[in-house]
Amino acid sequence: MSAPVIFDRSREEIEEEANGDVFDIEIGVSDPEKVGDGMNAYMAYRVTTKTSLSMFSKSEFSVKRRFSDFLGLHSKLASKYLHVGYIVPPAPEKSIVGMTKVKVGKEDSSSTEFVEKRRAALERYLQRTVKHPTLLQDPDLRQFLESSELPRAVNTQALSGAGILRMVNKAADAVNKMTIKMNESDAWFEEKQQQFENLDQQLRKLHASVEALVCHRKELSANTAAFAKSAAMLGNSEDHTALSRALSQLAEVEEKIDQLHQEQAFADFYMFSELLSDYIRLIAAVKGVFDHRMKCWQKWEDAQITLLKKRETEAKMMVANKPDKIQQAKNEIREWEAKVQQGERDFEQISKTIRKEVGRFEKQRVKDFKTVIIKYLESLVQTQQQLIKYWEAFLPEAKAIA
Amino acid sequence: MLKAINVDLQSDAALQVDISDALSERDKVKFTVHTKSSLPNFKQNEFSVVRQHEEFIWLHDSFVENEDYAGYIIPPAPPRPDFDASREKLQKLGEGEGSMTKEEFTKMKQELEAEYLAIFKKTVAMHEVFLCRVAAHPILRKDLNFHVFLEYNQDLSVRGKNKKEKLEDFFKNMVKSADGVIVSGVKDVDDFFEHERTFLLEYHNRVKDASAKSDRMTRSHKSAADDYNRIGSSLYALGTQDSTDICKFFLKVSELFDKTRKIEARVSADEDLKLSDLLKYYLRESQAAKDLLYRRSRSLVDYENANKALDKARAKNKDVLQAETSQQLCCQKFEKISESAKQELIDFKTRRVAAFRKNLVELAELELKHAKGNLQLLQNCLAVLNGDT
Repeated sequence: MSAPVIFDRSREEIEEEANGDVFDIEIGVSDPEKVGDGMNAYMAYRVTTKTSLSMFSKSEFSVKRRFSDFLGLHSKLASKYLHVGYIVPPAPEKSIVGMTKVKVGKEDSSSTEFVEKRRAALERYLQRTVKHPTLLQDPDLRQFLESSELPRAVNTQALSGAGILRMVNKAADAVNKMTIKMNESDAWFEEKQQQFENLDQQLRKLHASVEALVCHRKELSANTAAFAKSAAMLGNSEDHTALSRALSQLAEVEEKIDQLHQEQAFADFYMFSELLSDYIRLIAAVKGVFDHRMKCWQKWEDAQITLLKKRETEAKMMVANKPDKIQQAKNEIREWEAKVQQGERDFEQISKTIRKEVGRFEKQRVKDFKTVIIKYLESLVQTQQQLIKYWEAFLPEAKAIA
Repeated sequence: MLKAINVDLQSDAALQVDISDALSERDKVKFTVHTKSSLPNFKQNEFSVVRQHEEFIWLHDSFVENEDYAGYIIPPAPPRPDFDASREKLQKLGEGEGSMTKEEFTKMKQELEAEYLAIFKKTVAMHEVFLCRVAAHPILRKDLNFHVFLEYNQDLSVRGKNKKEKLEDFFKNMVKSADGVIVSGVKDVDDFFEHERTFLLEYHNRVKDASAKSDRMTRSHKSAADDYNRIGSSLYALGTQDSTDICKFFLKVSELFDKTRKIEARVSADEDLKLSDLLKYYLRESQAAKDLLYRRSRSLVDYENANKALDKARAKNKDVLQAETSQQLCCQKFEKISESAKQELIDFKTRRVAAFRKNLVELAELELKHAKGNLQLLQNCLAVLNGDT
């Protein structure tokens, strides 16, 4: 299997645009809708594409897709592009627990939350995928976005994002256990691998802290609501009129603040926490790509070793003077010389691709983090502005207690 | 200014009491009680003694047990200094030192030490408020035990209650609550006291609930502030290790989280002080007011019983004089308690309203101050980050 190298005009066009940071395609995932009943039920999501790129027949169109369709898309892209060095964005995780609740028809807030979490994750997944200039060219991606009917993806268990990552990790382990140390002629790769390793660790730590924050913020919201009710009751039983009124107003303020906490927890999660978990999984894909390069090197190395063996065989046959065996040996030598050359070409190609991919990835990472973190800080600003409004309204009420 | 944190008290030149110093030792806290007085009862005009928590309790209990003070709201005893939780946290931190970076360890240690200090300041304030309330009370300030407490510069040797005494207390309380059931069923002829009883019973329960909920709320606030701490540390680590130009960005945001965390911790501490502590204090005060009502009801029951006994004696024409004297005493006691109780309950309301007003105003002002501080920090940070990109 080799990477589809289709250097047509529009691809170059897109790559140039990518360098200039102008990407004229926007994907939205919306309107989750439950289809069917019981354990065979599933959620269908609307995937809307808005674009002015010439390779699409329309400028705006939408289709209905289910979760396994997304997994199917990812598995196709991964199987085509991962092993030649492209960083294919991973699909969102499967969740048996979350999905079962939805199927069984639990219309509570936790299943609504789950569906929203998934919808947002699917949207981010598609946005990342179309931002990739090579993947954007892929016919499977185009079919996913455009076709009204899509063949059901089967065996998505094995092909889920987690499944692919498991395969990648297994390959990584196998590579690590190799006793033949790769002669890293290029320090860049070793350096980059170490950097991604460190980044992974740090992101995981940060993610854990942010998850704790989300949890505590939700707790704070619940406790604030409980206090608000209690303060209202206290205000009711207070027999000094002005103080009673002030306590009721305090209860109202705390109720509004509870709302604020809920909204902030939402932002904590969807902006900050999910960004981090997305990147933790993306970095796993990056690590996978580095490991594929090592496998590629190994293949080339093995071919060189085999070629050597074949030459030795030829020499032996010449000494033993067995003409038909000599011919066979010469054929095999030619075969393995070609393989060695191919191996070298493949290795150089994957190395080149990875360098470019890592450059693109890092640029995107910087952009993503800056954008999302600024948005998150703006949500914090909003919260403080609201708090100021609420307390400014309450202060004269407290002063009015006489 | 630790003086009168929760309660607005008027102190005058005749008698001023405060806790000028305190020392936290392993198991106990030693309070330096400082008195300034122009009263002739004391040998000097200004003097200090060292007291421990048990001695405050002894003083409080002596008021409660004194029949002459049955008609007053006895200022509630300060709660026992409790550093257990804080000490445990400091110990856990010491044990976990190996598992975190030096910066993290230093940060957390500073935090826990600040927490310890805050608890310490609070316990000092609560002991001080108790003394100030006594000093401000026109009758209690003259109490002999109080003067001994203030002046006697030796240990008062009031060891904590032994097992037998604790059991006696337990039974006393049981009887009291059984009585409470009987007595509260009796409707009061006096509208004022009837209203007060209904009011206090409900108020006490609701202030208890509000106090507990407020506590939980301030604790969640603190947990969230602690998370900001860890997030700041992680962002710092990211900033120092990243190979791209985003490292400056991370460092700036890390700095923001460190600063904003300090503010959030202050918000939690101020809510604790102005709201939770206020509610806790009035929980104890409303209990003391309930106790007063109980004592009055008891004396009413005694009075009514004495009346019945007098009627019986007159009917049998036996021990009439004795019964008459007893009835008169009960009547006097009941009327004395009712008179002072009425004034005490009116004062209680005045104090309560003043305290709530002061603390709610201060709470709102502090919340505003912190929110504005936070907003400023965030806007400054955003300005820098946006200018960079």
